[in-house]
Amino acid sequence: MAIFVNESTKVIVQGLTGGQGKYHGLRNRAYGTQVVGGVTPGKAGQDVEGIPVFDSVADAVKATGADASFIAVPPKAASAAILEAAKAGIGFIVCITEGIPAQDEARVFNTLLRDHPNTRLLGPNCPGIISPGKCNIGITAGEIAQLPTAAGPNVGIVSRSGTLTYQALYELKQRGIGVSTCVGIGGDPVPGTSFVDCLAGFQADPETHAIIMIGEIGGTAEEEAAEFIKANVTKPMSAYIAGVTAPEGRKMGHAGAITSGGKGTAKGKMEALAAAGVKIGQNPTEAGELMAAIVATL
Amino acid sequence: MDLYEYQGKQYFARFGIPVSPGGAADTVDQAVSEADNAGYPVVVKAQVQVGGRGKAGGIKLANTADEVRHHAGNILGMDIKGHLVKRVWVEHASDISEEYYASFSLDRAAKKHLLMLSAQGGVEIEAVAAENPDAIVMLHIDPVDGLTPAEARAAVLRAKLNSAATDGAADILVKLYDCFTKGDCDLAEINPLILRPDGGVHALDAKVSLDDNAAFRHPEWDEYRAAEELDEREKLARTHDLQYIGLDGSVGIIANGAGLAMSTLDVVNQVGGSAANFLDIGGGANADVMTAALEVINFDQSVKSIFINIFGGITRGEEVAKGIVAALGRVDLRAPIVIRLDGTNAEEGRQILLDAGIPESKLQSKPTMLEAARAAVALAGGK
Repeated sequence: MAIFVNESTKVIVQGLTGGQGKYHGLRNRAYGTQVVGGVTPGKAGQDVEGIPVFDSVADAVKATGADASFIAVPPKAASAAILEAAKAGIGFIVCITEGIPAQDEARVFNTLLRDHPNTRLLGPNCPGIISPGKCNIGITAGEIAQLPTAAGPNVGIVSRSGTLTYQALYELKQRGIGVSTCVGIGGDPVPGTSFVDCLAGFQADPETHAIIMIGEIGGTAEEEAAEFIKANVTKPMSAYIAGVTAPEGRKMGHAGAITSGGKGTAKGKMEALAAAGVKIGQNPTEAGELMAAIVATL
Repeated sequence: MDLYEYQGKQYFARFGIPVSPGGAADTVDQAVSEADNAGYPVVVKAQVQVGGRGKAGGIKLANTADEVRHHAGNILGMDIKGHLVKRVWVEHASDISEEYYASFSLDRAAKKHLLMLSAQGGVEIEAVAAENPDAIVMLHIDPVDGLTPAEARAAVLRAKLNSAATDGAADILVKLYDCFTKGDCDLAEINPLILRPDGGVHALDAKVSLDDNAAFRHPEWDEYRAAEELDEREKLARTHDLQYIGLDGSVGIIANGAGLAMSTLDVVNQVGGSAANFLDIGGGANADVMTAALEVINFDQSVKSIFINIFGGITRGEEVAKGIVAALGRVDLRAPIVIRLDGTNAEEGRQILLDAGIPESKLQSKPTMLEAARAAVALAGGK
């Protein structure tokens, strides 16, 4: 099992004929993901290395039965692309686009909530999702993800930061610990999928036995996760929060990574998670070591 | 990007939000001319992005041109908490009956827009929130629906502003919401929003923070960007399109990915050092990007060692290594490099660095983030 995606997930790539979409879409297919189509308005009838291209998501869904979409289009076009996918009945949308205005994100999030409650958006500005051996949607390098074992124990990963997601995958790979699913939720102010959504998924997934969470400064998503963990998560967890030394009032690369008025600090987030029983690493490697120790007891 | 008060007021005016008549001035003569236009008495206000301007002597009332000359002369060039005053805003001094607070922001937890409105303005809203939270009306707005005039009016009534201010304040709220949404603000705040004895309501201050991601649809922001206060290092980084933030330490940092860059700062700090900067070179660590990054770091005189922290995901280790070797051929570095290269094809990458024959006094390779941080901090001589 895995969360959100599995071996039967059928993916279309919105922006398949563009540089990013083509590169990552083909990589995803090479990994074994069922990439069944692409969408670029005006390019219906073409194909990208055998993957058929359609004018619209609706056409692509009709022809291929796709249930997931990978969006790799520029920021100006991303909001419309997300809503188009939702309208066409896509249930799971991964948007890697970086640089979408926060006002657009807020409108898209609330439109999905109201008009398409059964559609899940992952991202924007996220690395995507990988269920090792089953499905890889996004920009994660599949070879750094350790395959899960039938017997377990396997670890679920959820992260707000792209490179630290890879770092977490790598820490587990080096220790030979299997990964059930790794979800990068992205570093923007209004992510479609939250820590809590992923934690709920991992808690319910019988093939996930422990969870690593990677957070960063800004917002209150980690604090909300801590509340949720306290009440709902029985699986053991380790975590790392980036940005202990980040200066106040300066955005640290991600649009969402900023502390202001003493809120959103790494310290506050670590304390909240520790109070919920999560083992806190002072750096990504330590979070990996803590997880290895947890896994050894399972 | 945070706007100066005068820019915020100019931005407000675009959306029809009433502000005091006034103008910005870089010289004493300009200040007098703006004062003549605005009509006496005027207030001369230092334009710096830091609180406590008034206490520092950066805000003065002037009744005559001579007084403007005197105050503007003092304020221009003044240092307020490390910020040099290069510009003043001169505006007509308003008669104030009451001071209110109004702002729109994004509530990230609720994922809705948030209006905060209070009859207690002119003071720090955080203080009001702590001491008398009931004095602040909080209204969540669904971004899909927006704010209607009726809702704005209801919020004003709930906040118990003077009834004379109801119409004016409700009108300003609708316009401020427009500024917040159509104007792509992260924050649009008026503190104080004033009621005058003549019954008029207008914005006496402006705090506007713009969402950089929306810059592509706001060509009018270019002039704000041009006026931004960046240090020399940050200016150079901007010309190279690098995500750079200058800090005070001695270890120059280059990492791929914002999270890893933040994490690198943390680890350097943990082992007793301090970072000179935050620098995210993104996914592609090719020779051009690496050269630009090293140039920016090299420009910073306080850098004593350079910590390059790269995790190869899609970017492969050997490509990163080739990029670094090429960059080293182009930039004459003052400080030694410690590199931690990990992830996809890291071993091939390390071999390339080894084969390049770079002396260890110039470049060391370490297998983990922690070991690399220790080495870089040791080379920088601790803090």
